[in-house]
Amino acid sequence: MADDPFSFQLRQVSKRFVKGKETITIFDGLDLDIPAGDFVAIMGPSGSGKTTLLNLLGGIDHVTSGQIVFDGRRVDALTENQLSAWRAANVGFIFQFYNLMPVLTAAQNVELPLLLTKLGRRDRRKNVATALELVGLSDRAGHYPREMSGGQQQRVAIARAIVSDPQVLLCDEPTGDLDRTTADEVLGILQLLNGKHGKTIVVVTHDPEVTRYTKRTLHLNKGVFVERTALA
Amino acid sequence: MNQALLVAKNLGRRKLRTTLMLVAIFIAFFLYGALECFNRAFHAGESAAAADRLVTVNRINFTMPLPVNYAGRLRQVDGVKDVTFQSWFGGYFQDQRQPLLMFAVDPQNYLAVYPSIRMAPEQRRAWIANRAAIAVGATTAAKYHWKAGDRVPISSNIYVRKDGARAWEFDIAAVFSDPDDTARENIVLMNHDYFDESVTFGRDQVNMIIFSTVSSKRNDEIAKAVDALFANSEAETTTDTAAAFNRAFIRQVGDIALIITLVIATAFAAILMIVGNTLVMSVRERTREIGVLKTLGFSGSTILAQILAESLLLALVGAVLGLAAASGAAVALGKLLSGFGSTMHMTTGVFLGGIGWAVLLGLVTGAIPAWSGMRLQIATALGRR
Repeated sequence: MADDPFSFQLRQVSKRFVKGKETITIFDGLDLDIPAGDFVAIMGPSGSGKTTLLNLLGGIDHVTSGQIVFDGRRVDALTENQLSAWRAANVGFIFQFYNLMPVLTAAQNVELPLLLTKLGRRDRRKNVATALELVGLSDRAGHYPREMSGGQQQRVAIARAIVSDPQVLLCDEPTGDLDRTTADEVLGILQLLNGKHGKTIVVVTHDPEVTRYTKRTLHLNKGVFVERTALA
Repeated sequence: MNQALLVAKNLGRRKLRTTLMLVAIFIAFFLYGALECFNRAFHAGESAAAADRLVTVNRINFTMPLPVNYAGRLRQVDGVKDVTFQSWFGGYFQDQRQPLLMFAVDPQNYLAVYPSIRMAPEQRRAWIANRAAIAVGATTAAKYHWKAGDRVPISSNIYVRKDGARAWEFDIAAVFSDPDDTARENIVLMNHDYFDESVTFGRDQVNMIIFSTVSSKRNDEIAKAVDALFANSEAETTTDTAAAFNRAFIRQVGDIALIITLVIATAFAAILMIVGNTLVMSVRERTREIGVLKTLGFSGSTILAQILAESLLLALVGAVLGLAAASGAAVALGKLLSGFGSTMHMTTGVFLGGIGWAVLLGLVTGAIPAWSGMRLQIATALGRR
């Protein structure tokens, strides 16, 4: 697994926060391997460190000590600008509350990550159309977020996450704000992206139904993995 | 879509707020443009005065007369080249609300001291030959649709003719221009001999004597010699360069430049706080969105550039609209004001100065929110910590 490309390798990762005079330890020597093509759910009670783990994987927070290696490259050693470029090239984020830009249409929201690439306008439009088609929203390209349902907004967020063809999707409670039917549709899309397109997907969730779609589940409690379940 | 569209979309997200900020900036730059046009027009004569031209006036103040024979005596001073004089006529056309900048002068001497005046040779000859003729600056001629050959009645609010009439009939012999000093194109020049023989008082007197020197380097020495010549006489004199005289004349009205600077500075300080504070609030409202952009790979410097572009765009749009309105207002105001008012217009210098201030305003107002946006931690922005 260590030689497998496009995998995350966390070695002896510690994360502490200083809050006033108090130091809070989230992780202390955490090890984790996520191979390429994995579809893993991370579950656990509130405060167990799920979101912090996702932040560390996505390079939007920094380890206190230890290493995070992605595709053979130390992510934890990158500068802020290098991290930005790394995220743009390799990671797509999907949030619980979609986080779409309200002033942009669905197509413009999806196009956002492509503004950081060297693609011309025609290629960008082609990629946007492909991404929206993949999530079944070709007919809503010109609609603003306020004109769409929660499920549709989340599908736009997925299209935005995949439009630049990243290797990894990091999802924070992607179904947390959706009804069951819509949640299943979204999870189906993620499963398709994993199975057919080979995306590595990490989902942080409270929703046990998510595990029906993932290949394995990690249970986190107080910064320690207490159970690892492989369903696939 | 491109990043410029993203900037425009962000500005357009709260239209009322953006419009109010634009109005505030518009007002500041309208004030700047209009007041600067006024200021420049007001000081135009100062900058246009030739370096080798000196003015002699009564030592008490320039409204007190000097004997006309001083001009002849002054001509004898070493270093003096050409000498002329002028008397304020206080003329108006038809109605006192249409005042004219009108002086009684000796045509030949006047043209020698002001060689930059351009008039057709035959008109020049006609003006010199006809004592009842006047030469009219091109701006005033255009304003009243006058042309050479016209006969016009002009009254004075100071002088009455010997026959008791207030109106003089003048033949317009010449229409002149002055490319070196366009403010001069506002004036009307009558023949001093005709003035002298027509008025009931103030004969053989002039308001000021104007002369050129052989070299501007000798101005100080010559001025002292002139004033020494008339020391202890019935009317002592004070002599200075034309530029210094113009400056002193303007200062009698007040330090216009200082007043204008204070008004503009106050307006800008207010706008700086209003727009700066509003932009800070606007960016704070978008904290989460900035966090999302950063997760997508937008770097801190890109976010900084975007926010600065917003504040710059806002400042520039407001400034251009304000300066355009000021340009129109300057022309309209110039038509209402006689004299220097007609030289009021938006100069390239004033416009570019305004754009420069707009860039500075945009950078300063955008600096704090842009810096905050650049430094914003994603986890903090998304409330994930």
